[in-house]
Amino acid sequence: MASLRDIKTRINATKKTSQITKAMEMVSASKLNRAENNAKSFVPYMEKIQDVVASVALGSSNANHPMLVKRPVKKTGYLVITSDRGLAGAYNSNVLRTVYQTIQKRHKSTDEYAVIAIGRVGLSFFTKRNIPVVLNITGLPDQPSFADIKRIASQTVNMFADGTFDELYMYYNHYVSAIQQDVTEKKLLPLTDLAANKKLTSYEFEPSQEEILEVLLPQYAESLIYGALLDAKASEHAARMTAMKNATDNAKELIRTLTLSYNRARQAAITQEITEIVAGANALQ
Amino acid sequence: MKTIKVSVVTPDGPVYEADVEMVSAKAQSGELGILPGHIPMVTPLNIGAVRLKKGGNTELVAVSGGFLEVRPDQVTILAQAAEKAEDIDVERAKAAKERAERRLQSKQEDVDFKRAELALKRAINRLNVAGARD
Repeated sequence: MASLRDIKTRINATKKTSQITKAMEMVSASKLNRAENNAKSFVPYMEKIQDVVASVALGSSNANHPMLVKRPVKKTGYLVITSDRGLAGAYNSNVLRTVYQTIQKRHKSTDEYAVIAIGRVGLSFFTKRNIPVVLNITGLPDQPSFADIKRIASQTVNMFADGTFDELYMYYNHYVSAIQQDVTEKKLLPLTDLAANKKLTSYEFEPSQEEILEVLLPQYAESLIYGALLDAKASEHAARMTAMKNATDNAKELIRTLTLSYNRARQAAITQEITEIVAGANALQ
Repeated sequence: MKTIKVSVVTPDGPVYEADVEMVSAKAQSGELGILPGHIPMVTPLNIGAVRLKKGGNTELVAVSGGFLEVRPDQVTILAQAAEKAEDIDVERAKAAKERAERRLQSKQEDVDFKRAELALKRAINRLNVAGARD
């Protein structure tokens, strides 16, 4: 049995750990709150632009912008959103496992695909496995603004436009609730699933439909990337919050059992002392 | 006087929402004025100021590109970045302007001139809008 002092040290260490995880849990909870708000304020923009894109692209049948048309696939791009730091439970490993398995299944050689990594964890995962990473961005703030990812978003969209990729998928954790996040695969480009949910407005185009699509579609694709990032950030904070809550709960449980064995050891020591004294007194008689 | 609802929306949230008498903006095909009752229309915008006339005074919003969409009951401006005159960070815009100018003058191969030029335009636009207020 461990000595009294050893157990005491372990109890103290565990208590300190639980204080830290508790603090991290609360930090993540408040960040989650803000991330949810960010995602909410993005909704009106997304809805509007979706509306306009659907109206413009579906409004007339002769819309043949390259971003709308499927072409034979020679190279596939994967945009993977992970976090910069760990301690978020299965948040990163879920996404990375899905991407890795998909890539193994779909492609035979590294010429057929490339990865765009958002987040440090994803970047190091892919570099370690010799998967080509063409673009990456790390160190994004917890509440990213559109300006933070404007550059990588437009570079990504450009890579599709100039033919580097023939299709582009996004992988990220979709935020369902504070305790549930689902890995999501979304086909970003070409934009084939433009669905009009409301009745289409017929517009006048100034100067022309083609020129409008030229500007509108890249902007739309970029906002899809930003939307996914906001979604992923909310998931990240939620995942970290849950992970830290579990850690705190486990620490409490550990402290409870340690205290129990501490008390037992103390009691055993006292009992032993009494036995020794009594035995000593008996020997004197 | 008749009014029309205008909203300026960016990915970071709505920037401006109000009922105004007239909207004028710089479209790619030229200056454009919209009064209530305009037919539905979509047009891309240039980097520039959007002027919103309301009850005798004019408000300015700096817009970095994007779109103008007119519907029978509403005008929406979808931009990747937009600020009201009072929200513009003048110091930051000045710094951005200097940075862009330096980059344009550096004449190095690795400088992306188009990007620097756009950055310069955005910075000048912000400064103009912020300056017009004082």
